[in-house]
Amino acid sequence: MLVSLTQLLVCQLLGEIFARVLSLAIPGPVVGMGLLLILLLCSQSIPEKLESTAEGILSHLSLLFVPAGVGVVAHLTVLGNEWKAIIGSLVGSTVITVLISGWVLQHLHRGEPDES
Amino acid sequence: MSPDFVAVWVYLSASPLTALTITLVAYLLGDWIYQRSGKIPVLNPVLIAVILITIGLAVTDIDYWTYFEGAQFVHFLLGPATVALAIPVAKLLKTMRGGFGPLVIALVAGSSTAALSAVLIADILQASEQTVLSLAPKSVTTPIAMGIAERIGGLPSLTAVCVIMTGIIGAMIGPYVLDVTRIKSWHARGFAMGLAAHGIGTARAIQINKDAGAFASLAVGLNGLATATLIPIFFYLWQWLTGA
Repeated sequence: MLVSLTQLLVCQLLGEIFARVLSLAIPGPVVGMGLLLILLLCSQSIPEKLESTAEGILSHLSLLFVPAGVGVVAHLTVLGNEWKAIIGSLVGSTVITVLISGWVLQHLHRGEPDES
Repeated sequence: MSPDFVAVWVYLSASPLTALTITLVAYLLGDWIYQRSGKIPVLNPVLIAVILITIGLAVTDIDYWTYFEGAQFVHFLLGPATVALAIPVAKLLKTMRGGFGPLVIALVAGSSTAALSAVLIADILQASEQTVLSLAPKSVTTPIAMGIAERIGGLPSLTAVCVIMTGIIGAMIGPYVLDVTRIKSWHARGFAMGLAAHGIGTARAIQINKDAGAFASLAVGLNGLATATLIPIFFYLWQWLTGA
């Protein structure tokens, strides 16, 4: 657990360093995730401990959104003034995005037994 | 209130302990309500927790930044959690049959659609520039979205709120959109839910089908990478074209 958590933090730290030194527009943790992904794809198998630690963190992923979500109180004025545009954009864009990504993958990808 | 109690209150309201405890208790309560309701998407645990804490802060007159100073310890874990997304993605990529071509095409199509349609609709509905920029990364998981918003001049905390709303909207209406348009493949359904509505959409996909859940996690990770790359490119291209 402690070793795996350290491995994740090291990847994140390296990601932050890369992102700042090369002044990439990509956030540090994403660079860290990319690094770890490359390492894992190059290695024979995924370390079991790392996998269970990741499962532990990711199973409580929604808890981690709460402090940022409470930020809504800091933006009540913006939300009050622009709620129509924000809701319209979120609903419209979500429907179109679900449609396009699902449709494209269904028509190109033939990797599963037919369900219908 | 007795003077002693006031002193204790002043100490506690400034200590990280209070904010941390409130965050965990509110989330557990939200999750309990969600589970008891039979997992109705509208009763999302994050949504309930946010509402409870918001009311709590208003009643006790604690401002958001004081709260966040304590809650940032939870918030910090979003970084390692983002890195951890590499593991389910690597697992699926290692076992997947068939080429990666279709995935990459669906990813680029979906990722660009998510960002461009959000910006376009918000602009048509006359949102301010800062709001439009804050909406652009709304389909990716919070830490990535906040990072992107910061880079392009949006408000990271407003983005976080939009991201969570997007997740809830996607979990609620995504399955209906897929039914109406006859997208039946579990891989495609999961991928669409994860791409459009990140972790919250993925949680919903996992409940419906295991294959859909795996593809949803894959989409969250890949869309994080793709959006973090594409939005800054679109943004600088736009600035360059308009000469701003």
